[in-house]
Amino acid sequence: MSDNNKLDYMTSMSKPGKGCAGDTGEWRVFRPVKDDEKCNNCLICWVYCPEACIEKEGQVIDYQYCKGCGICAEECPTGAITMVKEVKEEKR
Amino acid sequence: MVTLKSLPEEELFLAGSTACAGCPSSLALRTAFKALGSNTILVVVASCTSVLQGSYPLSAINLPLMNVAFATGGASASGIVAAIEALAKRGEFEEKPNVLVWAGDGGTYDIGIQALSGAAERETDFIYVCYNNEMYSNTGTQRSGATPLGAWTTTTPGGKAQHRKDIAQIMIAHRIPYVATASLAYPLDFYNKMMKAKTIRGTKYIEMLAPCPPGWKFPSSKTIEVSRLAVQSGMWLLYENENGETKFTGGTKNIIEGKVKKKPVKEYLEMQGRFKQALASPEGEEAEVLLEEQVSDSIKRLHGFIPEYF
Amino acid sequence: MRLLESGNHLVAHAANAAGVEVVPAYPITPQTQVIEMIADLIDAGKMDAEYIPVESEHSACAALVSASLTGARAFSATSSHGLAYMHEMLHYAAGVRVPVVIVNVNRALGPGWNIWCDHQDSISQRDTGWLQVYVASHQEAVDTVFQAYRITEDHSVLLPLLLNMDAFVLSHTYMDAEVPEREEVEKYLPGYVPKWKLDPRMPVTHGSVVYPSDFSETRQSMQIGHEHARGLIKKATAEFRDMFGRWHGEMVETYRAEDADQLIIAMGSLAAESKVAVDMMREQGKAVGLLRIRFFRPFPIEELRAECEGREDIMVIDRDYSYGNEGALFTEVKAALYGKCSTPAKGIVVGIGGRDVTYELIAELAEKSRKGELEEVTWGDSQMTSSHAVTLECLDEFKKILEHPGKSN
Repeated sequence: MSDNNKLDYMTSMSKPGKGCAGDTGEWRVFRPVKDDEKCNNCLICWVYCPEACIEKEGQVIDYQYCKGCGICAEECPTGAITMVKEVKEEKR
Repeated sequence: MVTLKSLPEEELFLAGSTACAGCPSSLALRTAFKALGSNTILVVVASCTSVLQGSYPLSAINLPLMNVAFATGGASASGIVAAIEALAKRGEFEEKPNVLVWAGDGGTYDIGIQALSGAAERETDFIYVCYNNEMYSNTGTQRSGATPLGAWTTTTPGGKAQHRKDIAQIMIAHRIPYVATASLAYPLDFYNKMMKAKTIRGTKYIEMLAPCPPGWKFPSSKTIEVSRLAVQSGMWLLYENENGETKFTGGTKNIIEGKVKKKPVKEYLEMQGRFKQALASPEGEEAEVLLEEQVSDSIKRLHGFIPEYF
Repeated sequence: MRLLESGNHLVAHAANAAGVEVVPAYPITPQTQVIEMIADLIDAGKMDAEYIPVESEHSACAALVSASLTGARAFSATSSHGLAYMHEMLHYAAGVRVPVVIVNVNRALGPGWNIWCDHQDSISQRDTGWLQVYVASHQEAVDTVFQAYRITEDHSVLLPLLLNMDAFVLSHTYMDAEVPEREEVEKYLPGYVPKWKLDPRMPVTHGSVVYPSDFSETRQSMQIGHEHARGLIKKATAEFRDMFGRWHGEMVETYRAEDADQLIIAMGSLAAESKVAVDMMREQGKAVGLLRIRFFRPFPIEELRAECEGREDIMVIDRDYSYGNEGALFTEVKAALYGKCSTPAKGIVVGIGGRDVTYELIAELAEKSRKGELEEVTWGDSQMTSSHAVTLECLDEFKKILEHPGKSN
């Protein structure tokens, strides 16, 4: 029981941070691709992203965590975002 | 006037959570947090949100958060609010934190109704948000008191035979200072309601319809569209009730004022796999009619009469 | 201040002197006067605490836990069905590691509605992780409220505590007791300093999903908390004696046990009653002593082994059933002694549902135990009363109905 004094008070405290479920970008089957020419910076994609994966400034998509739900593409009023089949890159 | 541009940029809901793709709760949390800011203590009642926040030792929520037992949303808030008063007496706060309870329909309509009712009757100063996906999502989509007529769930495989409860109306009967409904398709409406709730002293109840892609059986990209259709068909009425007076807002207001045509309930039902069986069945047409009737009934109870465009 | 008051009222005064800050309150006989007195004290401006008149005991415990986790010293009282209704939340409180105190006025559980004393309610909560203490006098009830927070709030413990006191015998009888003022108690029990709390300055998530790989340690640490509590109990009771001059024992209290060849082991007011039985038997020249168990959790294993060593007979009094086995205290005593002390032990189950247990009965049973005339377990005082005869009549009548199913009345 040598580690006992560290276990004196052990309860389940979690620290907030991005990626608590890992790189959730790996869940994607389709990825959102933005055509900047069509984008009018209306911020609709930013406001509707359930994963907080689109930056307010410039509407940059965070592909590390984007799950590919497709809401941004669905809601974009100018059709600036299209869902494209994800191509899995070789990791190794 | 709040616009999308004026919404705070800071994210207190952090990307890479364990939520399903297209999850309505994670989006609603994101928006709610923008309204309340970081001086907030969050209580999460047992629900999908208990899980989507991530598992120990990582969390997707950048706020002090206490996970609580299923039946205890209102009671847990009561304890925190009382302790804040006690600590404030000792001079421990520059500004007292907001207290936000986040519960699903299970923890609100059914097992949690007692604690919520008690907290409201005691005029507890907190905001209670019920994100309502009309079933017990976290345990795998079983029926709840919020499940609408005809909906498939694992415990109503033939479609639910009873209408759902209306907790928002029950909360109005508690005479709390603020009761509102919200829809993800009207984010500024929700944001404004949260901002208003923040300034009111007493119990504030906001119910957000939360269409759940795996539970309601629709593609994850349609979460907002389903939220929109819910309002446009009248199946989900957007309103706020302040000190006994109800005002319609957002999409519902537009329909009442004749600016937008009400869509038939059928269109809303057809978007969701959970109604497929009911619609195809011999009772299907009857269910549709009953649901349209319930829409009329709901608006009549709130409005006093059925508006022309409903 | 010296008061002539009921046990319930005294405990309320003690909670005030202990500087409790949040009191979720729900009435249940025979605890109600605790929370009524607290409401009175607050209303009269004599107590500065937030009162939450919750709508159920389950909510009372929920509010207790969340208030404590927000950094306030929190207190409540309950009994019987109220304690049972909290059961889920008792587990939760211990798991959140909040040092709350609940005064439980020991009362039987129904059905039938029985408001009188037995220990079924608290015994049924043995495994929740709460510390449990059983008081045997009004003064001890008062003093134990202070000791309770002193023990639970220590950062090496941080576990909740159930302070048990017997229904009516202690809760409703009036005795005089010394209740020190807050200023005095504060030297012994300063304000609550949590190890951590819900605080926007440090956003942290508590109690989310914990996988099997990590869960055990959170539970092992509760066990360790109990182990630390043993030392704290010694420390807290000794410090209390030094500061206030009163002593009620630490994990246990012994009475005329030094040269005893027989020990009676009991908890709560029956232990106080047993002192009278001990005195009576001593006058008859029998070397009996009492081991009063104060702390049931953590269980006084070492104390029992040390005290029972070398005795000829032990009689354990239970005011509860662990159905399917025997009295719970009896089992726990035997388990503590197993392999370490071979003194024969007998168990008696008495006083269920408030049935009066006199010192004469205790002495009578102790006498039989001394002579080896007791079974291993004596199911105290069950008897066929005239009321029970009515039940049998009803059952007979129903039997006739079953035998003639088609018959209309």
